[in-house]
Amino acid sequence: MTKSRAHDEGVVGRANKDGAQLFRQWYQELDRLAQAGGKAAYVFVMGSMAELLRVFDLPTVFPEINSLQTAVRRVADEYLTFAEDYGYSPDICGYVKADVALQLQGGKHPMGRIPKPALAVLTNACNTYIKWGEFWERMYHIPVFTLDIPGTRAAGAQTWPGDAQFEADRRYVQAQIQDLIELCQEITGISFDIDRLREILGHANEMIRGWRGALELNRSVPAVFNALTDGTIYLGVANAFRGTPQGGRYFSDLVEEMEYKVAHGIGTIGEEKHRLIFVGVPCYPIFRRFNELFSEWGGVFVASTYLWFASGGINLGFEYDLDRPLESLAEGTLISVRDAMDSMFFQDKALIKMAEDYKVDGVVYHPIKSCRTVSTGLADNRRALMAAADIPSLFIESDMMDKRVVSEAQLKNRIDAFFEGLNSRKLQLAGV
Amino acid sequence: MRKEKIALLPPWKDKPLEEILAMARDLLEDPDFPTVRRWRQAEGKVVGHFQVYFPEEIVHAAGLLPLKIRGAPLEATRSASLFGSYLCSILKTSLELALSGRVELEMFVTHPICDAARNLGAIWGRNFNYPCQILYLPQNANSTYAATYLRDEYQRLREDVEAIAGQPISDDALRNSIGIYNENRRLLAELYTIKRERPWLLAVDEAYALMLMGSLIRREEHNALLHYVLPLIEAREARSQDRIRVVFEGGFCEQPPLDLLRVLARSVYVVDDDLMIGLRWILEDVPIEGDPLHNLAVYYLDHSSYSPVQHDLRKPKEEMLLQRIRQAGASAAIVAAAKMCEPGLDEQVAYAQMLDEQGVPYFITEFEENMTSFDHVEIQIETFAENILFY
Repeated sequence: MTKSRAHDEGVVGRANKDGAQLFRQWYQELDRLAQAGGKAAYVFVMGSMAELLRVFDLPTVFPEINSLQTAVRRVADEYLTFAEDYGYSPDICGYVKADVALQLQGGKHPMGRIPKPALAVLTNACNTYIKWGEFWERMYHIPVFTLDIPGTRAAGAQTWPGDAQFEADRRYVQAQIQDLIELCQEITGISFDIDRLREILGHANEMIRGWRGALELNRSVPAVFNALTDGTIYLGVANAFRGTPQGGRYFSDLVEEMEYKVAHGIGTIGEEKHRLIFVGVPCYPIFRRFNELFSEWGGVFVASTYLWFASGGINLGFEYDLDRPLESLAEGTLISVRDAMDSMFFQDKALIKMAEDYKVDGVVYHPIKSCRTVSTGLADNRRALMAAADIPSLFIESDMMDKRVVSEAQLKNRIDAFFEGLNSRKLQLAGV
Repeated sequence: MRKEKIALLPPWKDKPLEEILAMARDLLEDPDFPTVRRWRQAEGKVVGHFQVYFPEEIVHAAGLLPLKIRGAPLEATRSASLFGSYLCSILKTSLELALSGRVELEMFVTHPICDAARNLGAIWGRNFNYPCQILYLPQNANSTYAATYLRDEYQRLREDVEAIAGQPISDDALRNSIGIYNENRRLLAELYTIKRERPWLLAVDEAYALMLMGSLIRREEHNALLHYVLPLIEAREARSQDRIRVVFEGGFCEQPPLDLLRVLARSVYVVDDDLMIGLRWILEDVPIEGDPLHNLAVYYLDHSSYSPVQHDLRKPKEEMLLQRIRQAGASAAIVAAAKMCEPGLDEQVAYAQMLDEQGVPYFITEFEENMTSFDHVEIQIETFAENILFY
């Protein structure tokens, strides 16, 4: 075996292997906790506040991840039907319904049993988070803490530290974090330890650096990871292990792997013909097949807004100042969660820049029935993108949970036509 | 004449009640918004704000017309292509009003009431050159800092409105507007008291039309109109009928068509509702003394109604609905939701469970602002009412 090949075997593919293992380990720990009658903090990917909750040794449960796992594992329909029989409309978020069914069945989940909540922390990054929290409030009579993060008021109107508007927003966020600390102390009986928070923020910083670094490394040609498939594995670790030593190390290792792949020109498929951006939420009911519909044509997703907002905005790379942990946590939460919201509401200009930075051939918009937060503005966003830049785009609708609104044949027709157009365009541009 | 004094309604003084009601109905169903056109012809500026609640006093104090954007009975021919599927109608028809030129604005404001509505600020902003923004009303109503934060947010809005008006908004002007709006809220409460205590004098569609007119004109004119019509309603010759008393819940954002309310009025007495709850959000007089923006913020948070789009630990929604039913002396509820309205549909489940537990009969339904067929729902409502009356 040559030295290079040995290195490949040790490094290339490591992030996917380790990510899957960490993920299984995380679910196993949740299962053990549930079996022992322990409770967890229910949180969401946009503003989980995992950094703070870890100070109080509160394990985190991400109901969004639980729900999407039911779709990936092809049992979502059982959960959706259960919730609809209970009274929920077919027209509401599939994630909510899958979780309702899970809770009503005592935490039953294909990855293991899910512990009950001791409290729930939700931001306003998605309004459905708040309605979702009300369900737990009614079912478990637990404290539901809404952390309100003021978003960007208008396109291009972001404010930054030092601006009066930003400082007013930061004070609001910090006051709420203080309230959350008091609530966590009450629930756990553990006193707040600022040095523990400092340590956790340090681990989070390592993760944030790694996440941003990995995203930037995918500008290389060929792309070193698929933003839709591989990226979702990294996202799982980013959320479940945020603020932990394992999480920080995982992302340092990820950067090492991606640097190695860049240096050796190692891509994700045999021949990368079309570099694509994915906008929206993945089609989890046919997750692998959905990607194949693109990869069969040599299409690779090199970037996505999903990797921005579903990481809670850490793509922006805000690192906590360990000399003033609480103030910095408020500042970082405001900046990062606000950016996650911007990736959904005000993304048109960012997409044009992304297309330039990543040398993109096309943009795939995938609005879904289940998620109005992400999907409502996509058609107009596409119109604005097409008006401002000469970038081909595809608009396909399906769902992240509900197979009843996923038509593989229709998707394939649209995707095939898109690639035929991309191929013709490439020939025209080459003067053939 | 100062444009603030211009009458935007067709002449109504000394007209009989029935004519005024007919005028109100025509106005609210007119997608060309003639009162707004009249205002613009007088070179008045308009700030459009999407459902549910908006501090209109700030816009009013600047001498502008605050216009509640709540959809319209028209086809979304231009705007439909700017949205995906699976969305409520009000988003599409609201944008259609602007795209079709029926409503011209100087500024548009939306709120983070739901996932769809908060997208509207960006969409509107990409299609028009005037300022479009999201007013971030606090979603953590229980934070001790929420009022301070909201006061700052109102100050930001005030500065943006001043830029549109081309002049500063003084605290005294704000206090004057708060006084006018306090009066308006009191008059609307009187209207609802009649509906609750003597529903045979005022049908749900009539009260709704009279209330909604306020969102189309300056409030001074609405106050004058209400002062005129309230005694006419009191003097109406009508007798109580053997009908069940119900509360209608589900009209906080997208509005049911007037014909649907007429259908309800034929079978039941709707003694209370949450139709256009934003116009009646604040429940008590906002103090005139002190910092007007702080007062508006505190009263938004602490002296206000409830809706599915506000999470406030002090206002568990099932309990609030039950309170509304009890206080109105209703024996049943109609729990409606606009099609594709996620907050409304979510709430239906919780409301139904509570009503089951409490043994309150209820009827669950969905509506769309542009629905045109009511035969089916009329039969259902009649059957529902008869079941309660006769069994």
